[in-house]
Amino acid sequence: MTTADLLGKLLQVVMGLAVFAAVVGLLIFFIDKAPKKGRDYWQLGLFLLPAMLFIAIGLVYPAIRTSLLAFQDSSGDWTLDNFVWTFTQPAAIRTLINTIIWVLLVPTISTAVGLAYAVFIDKSRGERYYKVILFMPIAISFVGAGVIWRFVYEYRGGDREQIGLLNALVVAAGGEPVQWLQTDPINTFLLIVVMIWIQTGFAMVLLSAAIKGVPTEQIEAAQLDGTNGWQRFLNVTVPGIRGALVVVLTTISIATLKVFDIVRTMTAGNFNTSVIANEMYTQAFRASEVGRGSALALILFVLVLPIVVYNVNVLRKQREIR
Amino acid sequence: MSSVAPADLPVGENLGSIEAAERSEYGSKTARVKKRLTSRTATIISLIIAVLWTIPTFGLLVSSFRPAELIRTTGWWTIFQNPGFTLDNYRDVLFSTSSASPQLGSYIVNSIAIALIATLIPLVFASMAAYAFAWIRFKWVNWLFIFVFALQIIPLQMALVPLLQIFSTWLRPMQAWLHDLVPIIPEQNYLPLWLAHSMFALPLAIFLLHNFISEIPSDVIEAARVDGATHGQIFFRIVLPLATPALASFAIFQFIWVWNDLLVALIFSGGTQDVAPLTQRLAEMVGTRGQDWQRLTAAAFISIVIPLGVFFGLQRYFVRGLLAGSTKG
Repeated sequence: MTTADLLGKLLQVVMGLAVFAAVVGLLIFFIDKAPKKGRDYWQLGLFLLPAMLFIAIGLVYPAIRTSLLAFQDSSGDWTLDNFVWTFTQPAAIRTLINTIIWVLLVPTISTAVGLAYAVFIDKSRGERYYKVILFMPIAISFVGAGVIWRFVYEYRGGDREQIGLLNALVVAAGGEPVQWLQTDPINTFLLIVVMIWIQTGFAMVLLSAAIKGVPTEQIEAAQLDGTNGWQRFLNVTVPGIRGALVVVLTTISIATLKVFDIVRTMTAGNFNTSVIANEMYTQAFRASEVGRGSALALILFVLVLPIVVYNVNVLRKQREIR
Repeated sequence: MSSVAPADLPVGENLGSIEAAERSEYGSKTARVKKRLTSRTATIISLIIAVLWTIPTFGLLVSSFRPAELIRTTGWWTIFQNPGFTLDNYRDVLFSTSSASPQLGSYIVNSIAIALIATLIPLVFASMAAYAFAWIRFKWVNWLFIFVFALQIIPLQMALVPLLQIFSTWLRPMQAWLHDLVPIIPEQNYLPLWLAHSMFALPLAIFLLHNFISEIPSDVIEAARVDGATHGQIFFRIVLPLATPALASFAIFQFIWVWNDLLVALIFSGGTQDVAPLTQRLAEMVGTRGQDWQRLTAAAFISIVIPLGVFFGLQRYFVRGLLAGSTKG
């Protein structure tokens, strides 16, 4: 980086700030100077204008256009070929299957481990530190997490000493080292481990708060009835945190459906590890198959949609009960 | 919290609950006494999980301070048999000007420049919209708000191709013109990334800030109206100061989100060191120099240190605002 480069960057930031401040200032000026007639309409419109403009250009129009592109071939004629490709080509089918494996495993395992951990550390000494440890990966970028775990899965051929922890353990147990990320199908599961590593902390914190919301009277009453800890957990705690469980499961499912960075960083989708979001990027921006990319994006949207609707419904019902 | 915009919403909530948990930690005495009686296996299992979760990051951190030769030949857990400490890896990735080294300096500047402004724009625009939605009453405005709220479900992937086309049609000529006017500003500049991140952040931002801003007591707003204050004045003098906790929380959240993003950067940055952020550089290093662990470990640690710092340092602040904004119905 030369000094001129740095200067150019600083100048961009300063100019960006200046232009932005000018735009906001101008908007506020017009808001306060709005004509008397229909004044409220003017003011409302100006307050909403920038955000609505951004949303229209950045989300609404593109989403509609992508939906149309999914049904067009490269010359703009209407066709279903993109979807036919998605559901017939072996590589594309594998992508769909991988996505299903991801979305089955990540939410369930993260939630189960997070819940167990939350129950075990509940009201114990140092609970706060326990929580921070599990929660920390959420601040780490998926790319950073990818590098961290690639290092764990690193393979050394021949008789060289293993520097990846996983292979070192395998060798110590008397096994042969494995090229983890190149070996189908174990590689998909090892990528899933990374996502679980990130999402478990999220599940844990949310569930832990829910557990603390379960009334102690209920638990004490169950105790007086002579139940053991496991029975109390199943019959008192779990029903008490059902809402939080649904939110956690659905939120992690959505995040998992859209997982991109981990696959991109660790295998780039090679060795049969691709998932929808990664394939969408590869098709649309690497292979210039815009139609296929759009079809995959649309499939992603259709997969996410019912989960979100369900989630919103549960949240609304909870609110009504309260 | 990296790759999913709408689904990231509860991250705020759950950070909130860390604090809630802290508060209730020293709740009733009976609860604590009872706890002593719970099984030892539970403690052991949670200890094992905690250790499992820490080891990968710890290994990366340790390795980033080991000499390249030792990283290549020995596992980081043998650090006591093969001692060695060096800052060369960091010096190499940060300051070396040789073409083989990743020269992270300019990418750090990029990450900061992108994240700062891509946080500021949605913050201001969203709070303006949130104010209008909450305090200027019209029938159809509620429907518009619900529509904006619903937009959170659109995956980023749905917007990428058309937005890139829009940008190359309308923004590219502007960037070229700016480059001609001010030669030290490269033709690839931050503008597409700033705009794209701002656009994608707005639905969630409006929703969160609306929750908070609509809770401001109506007496306060109406008193100001009676005194003849304009909407502009109320917005700047009353609403923004009162909403500071929510604004700060969203700002921190969005900053980390943009900092950790890879997908938007890959598509809109062009990948040169003029614009590309740290994450993109790191992903590229993995692709081209996946065996240079002395560089990868140091670079990865540099890229995660700022979000981690924010996470540990501002946890409390982050927590309070978003909790207030999001648990409220």
